[in-house]
Amino acid sequence: MLEVVVKLVLVAAAFAVLPLLVGQAEHKVMAHMQGRLGPMYAGAFHGWAQLVADGVKFVQKEDVVPAAADRRIFKLAPAVALVPYLLVLLVVPVGPHGQVALDLGPGVFFALAVMGVGVIGAIMAGWASANKYSLLGGMRVAAQLMSYELPMVFTAASVAMAAGTLSLSGIVEQWRWYWLPWQLVGGVVFFVAGLAELRRPPFDMPVADSEIIFGPYTEYGGLRFALFLLAEYAGIVVLCALTTVLFLGGWKGPFLDGQLGWLWTLAKVFALAFVVIWFRVSYPRLREDQLQKLAWAWLVPLSLAQLALTGVLTIALA
Amino acid sequence: MTGRDVVFALLGVVAVGAGLLVVTTRQLVHAALWLVVSFGALAGCYLVLTAEFVAWVQVLIYVGAVVVLLLFGIMLTRAPVGPSENLDSGNRWAALAVALGTAALLVTVLVMGFRGTKLNDAPQCPDAASCPAQANGSAEHLGEAVFRTWVLPFEVLSVLLLAALVGAIVLSRTDLASRKDR
Repeated sequence: MLEVVVKLVLVAAAFAVLPLLVGQAEHKVMAHMQGRLGPMYAGAFHGWAQLVADGVKFVQKEDVVPAAADRRIFKLAPAVALVPYLLVLLVVPVGPHGQVALDLGPGVFFALAVMGVGVIGAIMAGWASANKYSLLGGMRVAAQLMSYELPMVFTAASVAMAAGTLSLSGIVEQWRWYWLPWQLVGGVVFFVAGLAELRRPPFDMPVADSEIIFGPYTEYGGLRFALFLLAEYAGIVVLCALTTVLFLGGWKGPFLDGQLGWLWTLAKVFALAFVVIWFRVSYPRLREDQLQKLAWAWLVPLSLAQLALTGVLTIALA
Repeated sequence: MTGRDVVFALLGVVAVGAGLLVVTTRQLVHAALWLVVSFGALAGCYLVLTAEFVAWVQVLIYVGAVVVLLLFGIMLTRAPVGPSENLDSGNRWAALAVALGTAALLVTVLVMGFRGTKLNDAPQCPDAASCPAQANGSAEHLGEAVFRTWVLPFEVLSVLLLAALVGAIVLSRTDLASRKDR
């Protein structure tokens, strides 16, 4: 019983801290890539407390609901967007020998299913705001999810086929170094499709500020807006953690897997989070039709090819 | 009556209640959102019946894809905030009769087919990978049932879906019809 409580507290702590770390890293990494310093004053040392200060600011702001909005759904939407990512963190293994809060049998499907639910929060926000820009943003979110969920499920299924199990810790246990080249295409497709599902640049068409202000979140302010931002960073953590576990061998590293497993997991998660930020700085936003074309003309065929390759090799090696 | 029965009954009440709200609410988008609640409760029912895999696939496909598609369709056509008039169809009594008939048929089939069958529970095993494959709802059990015992119906179903897919493409491509006219 005590073990379960400790694990839940640890997951809650990770959920509270890791997204903020990614957010702060985004501030600083983007700044340095653009030849700026980024936040420097909050907390005195290189602006480490900038996001804490932002949080305090958000809490003080007035909680505004537009007059024409659907009040209940408008207020519920941030929670629907945020809570699923917390649930996914429960099943992500960080180390060997049961260092996971909840070891589900079909963990892969649990993670993907619950991540998909989070997107409904953004759609709800887009509709309930009673604003045409929000509605357009909500529709783009929905269209994006429908195109990119399929390659994600395919590539995750490819790893599950290679490992012969649907359990996330089981997959890491089966993982060998030669899976890196073998599942390379699948890994790239999974990561790119995940970025699109999170609506991160270059797939941030739903919140394209030059066209539709801020998409589904246009009418939000204060704490509820902060919750949507938090959901975005929590989503980055979850996507990087899932990519780590499925494609990069989770807690396995060159040495000391057993003792330092959690450290390897964290290092890989943050390396991937860095790539996510790097993408934002490097690539311009894709147009809506380019976005759909990338999903259906590239990612779906590539993921199917990966699935076929995995199937053939699994049978041949068995 | 065990705790499991109580949870199952409660989830069933939520699923049916949310389903009723889907057809009685006067707000179009609320109907789709109540459908999310209904599907979620149904996934909970599957979980109580130890069908873990089916439960999460239910969430992935129905909540994650079908409802999102529905919401997209509604938002693309007509999605006013607030109640809409003329949402009630004139056929609703016929629809009610059909729904009750279908429910009666399904309940009869299930009761006749599975009366007295006990759930083959998986024991609480330390890690999921070493669970015995005989557990009723495990992915292994389901995979063996679908791809060994029921592989022919499965393949026939996939051909049916392929036909529907091709049909949808033909229906949506207006340029095909015009070429025949020429």
